[in-house]
Amino acid sequence: MEFSSRETWTVIHGLVLGTLFLLAFAGGLAGLWSMRPGLMTTEGIKERMGRLYVGAWVMAAAAWGAVITGTWIVYPWYRVKLAPVGEDAYAGCVDAILPNAACSPRDFLKSNVSGDTEMWHIFGMEWKEHVSWAAPILATAAAFLIVYYGPRLIARPWLRAAVIVMFVAAFAAALVGGAFGAFLNKVAPIV
Amino acid sequence: MITDFDPGRHDDESVAPELAPLNLDPKPDGPAAAVMIASGLGVFTLGLMTTLAVINGSVKSFLEWFQFDQGVGALAGKSTVSVLVFFVAWLVLWLIWRQKDVVLKTSFYIGLGLGILGVIGTFPPFFEMFE
Repeated sequence: MEFSSRETWTVIHGLVLGTLFLLAFAGGLAGLWSMRPGLMTTEGIKERMGRLYVGAWVMAAAAWGAVITGTWIVYPWYRVKLAPVGEDAYAGCVDAILPNAACSPRDFLKSNVSGDTEMWHIFGMEWKEHVSWAAPILATAAAFLIVYYGPRLIARPWLRAAVIVMFVAAFAAALVGGAFGAFLNKVAPIV
Repeated sequence: MITDFDPGRHDDESVAPELAPLNLDPKPDGPAAAVMIASGLGVFTLGLMTTLAVINGSVKSFLEWFQFDQGVGALAGKSTVSVLVFFVAWLVLWLIWRQKDVVLKTSFYIGLGLGILGVIGTFPPFFEMFE
């Protein structure tokens, strides 16, 4: 039972960092949501803030890790042009059931040799690869606001609401990336 | 509206008395406004670069230069430029506003508007209209 190098990196990119991001997001959102006047004692605030600081930075770090590994390690394997032979851009994909050494995932999807798969690239991958980069930017901004203002967020409802919007927007961007990543890895796995 | 930081303006302890024992230092709104607008600018740049790379071949070539033969394509430049814009804008606005009070609602809506435009720019049905 073993993973190839490529499988290991896709697991790190999507499963490890993605799961870490999701866990940190869920905990962070719950923490932020309950930061309202009168809900916590002073001791409770002290106890909770440390966890919130760690969670917010873990979320940001996981987002950076996911997009950097995704873009610079996994994505080149996805997009490399292996199939062209002469004038035929997808010659290497003829009769392919899945991507292989002569047909990269991008070639495979665009060739439509296994059904109507081109839209997975044109819409799914094209959106995922771009919008995912919004996640670390927004998560970093939210983490900074949480750490810089700390317990003051309890007394500043507008600022707290803004942080929650950025936090959720970071999650939404990561969700597009994560969901399409999972689907694409089913339709055209990186091998 | 931007004004000099007034420590008495944010009377957080009267809104949340449980904060009083923590003896927190007063903090201005400027740094929050800075990061809100900077993050919006970063996302906007992401969308702008994505769409410009479709419209203009020279922009695409410039963005591909950032890949350093790693096979990433123009995504290398789109992401690198966007992240640089985010951090540089944050640094500049931080330096300008770190001791200022800035109207947060306006800053938030500017950042939100930029962010929405950025996401539209990354949306394939939008940028494919320019192919």
